[in-house]
Parts: sequence; C-alpha cells; structure tokens
Amino acid sequence: MIINLRIWRQEGPDSPGKLADYTVREASEHMSFLELLDVLNEQLLADGDDPVEFDSDCREGICGSCGLMVAGIAHGPQKRTAVCQLHMRSFKDGDTITVEPFRAHAFPVIRDLVVDRSAFDRIIAAHGYVSVTTGSAPDANAIPIPKDAAEEAMDYAACIGCGACVAACPNGSASLFTAAKIAHLAQLPQGQVEASQRVMAMVDQMDVEGFGDCSNYTECEAVCPKGISVDGIASMRRAYMKGVLSG
Amino acid sequence: MKLMNALMSPVGRKVLTGATGIGLVAFVIAHMIGNLTYLSPDVNAYNAYAYKLMSLGWLFYTIEILLALCFLLHAVVGISIQVRRRKARPVGYKFYKSAGAPGKSGYSARSMIFTGIILLGFLILHLNSFKYGPGVAEGYTVELAGIGEVRDLRRLMTEKFQEPLYAFGYPLVMILLGMHMRHGVWSALQSLGVMSRRLSPYLYTTAAILGVLVAVGFLFVPLYIYFGV
Repeated sequence: MIINLRIWRQEGPDSPGKLADYTVREASEHMSFLELLDVLNEQLLADGDDPVEFDSDCREGICGSCGLMVAGIAHGPQKRTAVCQLHMRSFKDGDTITVEPFRAHAFPVIRDLVVDRSAFDRIIAAHGYVSVTTGSAPDANAIPIPKDAAEEAMDYAACIGCGACVAACPNGSASLFTAAKIAHLAQLPQGQVEASQRVMAMVDQMDVEGFGDCSNYTECEAVCPKGISVDGIASMRRAYMKGVLSG
Repeated sequence: MKLMNALMSPVGRKVLTGATGIGLVAFVIAHMIGNLTYLSPDVNAYNAYAYKLMSLGWLFYTIEILLALCFLLHAVVGISIQVRRRKARPVGYKFYKSAGAPGKSGYSARSMIFTGIILLGFLILHLNSFKYGPGVAEGYTVELAGIGEVRDLRRLMTEKFQEPLYAFGYPLVMILLGMHMRHGVWSALQSLGVMSRRLSPYLYTTAAILGVLVAVGFLFVPLYIYFGV
C-alpha cells in the first residue's frame, strides 16, 4: 500500500518546526505504524536526509515509550492500543496521515516527534510510591487484600505513563496519569499510611509542572492504551478532599 | 491558609467549580418550578409566590448573597481554567480529532466556556428586565386577598414575553442553559468525587435528563405567553 505522511519536523527544542510531506510506497498492512516510520527512515537515509526522530522501546504496548499524534488522535485511531501496536490495516491505501508530537507545555519537544516527558517522573518522585523498610521480600499473602480491591488496583496499575492522556486533553491536563497512580495505591492496604501526603504532593507537583486543569472532557480515557477509567480522577479528588479535611 | 492553598490547587479549583455549579443548579430548578406557577389557574398564584419569597426576609437575602457568590466564583474559576489551558499547550496541533467513545466530549462539553459567558451576559440583562425592572413605583401593582397591594410581576412578565426578542431570545438561551447543565451536572459530580464505577452511568444519564427538563421547563412560559395559548 502507498501511504502519504505529513510529519512534524523540528531540529531542536528552540527551532521552529513544520509539517513535511513524505510518501512510503512499500508499506504493508501487516506493519506496525512504527515499522512504517522505520521504512521511511531507511528511505530518508538512502537519500542522505535526516531520519525522523521518534521514541520507542518494547514495541509490545507495555513500556510507554512510544507516543505520537496519528491522524489527530493520541496513539492513532485504534482504541486501547499504543502506537507501536497500531497496524497499517487500520488505514487505507493512499491515505494521508498527519503525525505530530504530543503537545503540552510540560512536554517540550526535543526533536521531531520526541518530547521530554520527565514531568511525569517528577510527579511520581513527589510521592507516587509506598515507603517501606527494605529487607527480605514479605510473604505473598501476609497482608490480605480483597479480590475486588486487587483487581481495581491492577486496573489502575496498568497505566504505562505514555502521556497520551495529556496529549489528547484539550486542556493539557495530567489528571488521568496522576489519578491512576494515586488510585492504584489507594486500593491497597500498603498505600493507606501515606494516602493524604501522596495525593497532596502529587497534585501539587502536577500544578508545578504546568499541566492544565481538568474539564472532565474524558478524551484521556478514550485514548488511553490501557483503558484507564476517569473514575480514578473522581477517586483522586475524594482522596484530596479527605486529605485537606483531615489536616 | 492551608485551605486556601488547597482550593487553589488543580483539584481545589474543580471542587470550587463543581460545588458552586451544584448550588446554581439547585437555584435554576427552584426558579423554573417557581415560574411554572404562572400557568396556574389561579391568576394570582405567581405574584403570591413572588411575594412569599420576598417575605422570607433575612433568609431570602442570605440566599441571594450566596447565589451571587456562587455565580462569581463559578465564572472566575471557569474563566481561569480556560486561561490556563492556553498556557498548558502554547503550541497547538495542526490536526486534532476527538477520539469519541468512551470519551464524553460532545458539543455541550466543548462549548462550556461559550454557553457560560452567554449565560453570564443573559443573567445581567435578565436581572435588569425583571428583578430591577418596573415595580410598585411604576404602577405595577396588584391587590392580593389577605396580603394587600404587591408588585405585579405577572403583568411585567406578560408584557415582556409579548415582544418577539424576549419570547424567542429567552428560550434560545434556555437551550444553552440545558446544554451547559448536560455537561455541568455530571462534571460537577465528577469534580466532587461522587462518580464511581457503579454510579457513573446513572449520573451521566441523570445529567442529560435534568438538562432537557430545565430547558423545556423554562421555555414553556415565554412561548405560552407569546402564542397566547
């Protein structure tokens, strides 16, 4: 199949960027979208041009490294799929696909389609963890956890921190990411001790990083490759209010 | 101070918008039901209702002050969220598309800032036309049995809604109010942390029903008067 691409090219963080047009003539419907970009880069290198920079690692949809706006949607049109698992069979022969980096003040573009998502790391560093004394691993069932709580914690723990929620949010809010991390630990007994400090510190860090406010558009849930529910955002707000009221 | 900081946080701003929004929803529902007394077979019912409201005294003024605060906070925080949105994404997308379901970002969600600003402008005009419009001093009076002479709001309302601008302008704004509530009601509940896996589908539907009911309830009286049914 022939695929036309309009890709955001930008030399560096402070350089102006623009959309550039390319055509890949030897695309296959079995390729992933990133493999299509690999083929394009081979083409560009053969022509002596700079390849298009983009992030990827596992290419199995579980590491959260990749993330592009494909045809106007974070991770592309296939639901619950990271862009590395998006296959060209989702497109038609002759399609023109616009590819842009995830856009947010807190996600500055480094080059082409690569953005710096370390703002997420700083939100986690603020308190996205449980403080424990290190030592030998505890027995697996030493702390009983109800099945439903374990399931819900796992649903939120599925967040891979790719940043699609921020990219898709019309306000550039990081609420779904932050909420997923808070809601995950809030389900578990180990997370209770520092519940209030955690939610306060992580929400404050989200603000410091310059993410926007949530307007409950729920575009984040629609693009999340792991299908994290916005119910987690309601849970984060409950925890925050509880934290404020309990001092 | 700690509470002020909390209210200014990203969660606090949403809690403020949601809580003030719920207060305003309670007000519009009460206002709509009150307006429907215009349709009562007893021609004095509407004026009697308005008189009873005013005779609540300090309670009435307290509610008025609280409502004014709700409007002010709701508008200020709502506009500040919109302003922050531009800062949070200084460079926009060349091509952006809504991803659709399970997202709930329809016309009502996307137009909150526009419907909100129109409603704010409308509120000023509305207060000027009715609350601060012609009253007893201008001869708009009526004699109510057992009460005496009171302001004839029913006459003012009947006169105003015979003008096409009011008769059709009002219903149009009320449709926008319904849209604002369609997203606003469930969004407020989400902001206040009420939504959950079990409740969300019911509350989302309730918000839609409430939006339609309030819009229809409000546009009924102006059209009833204009067409002289």
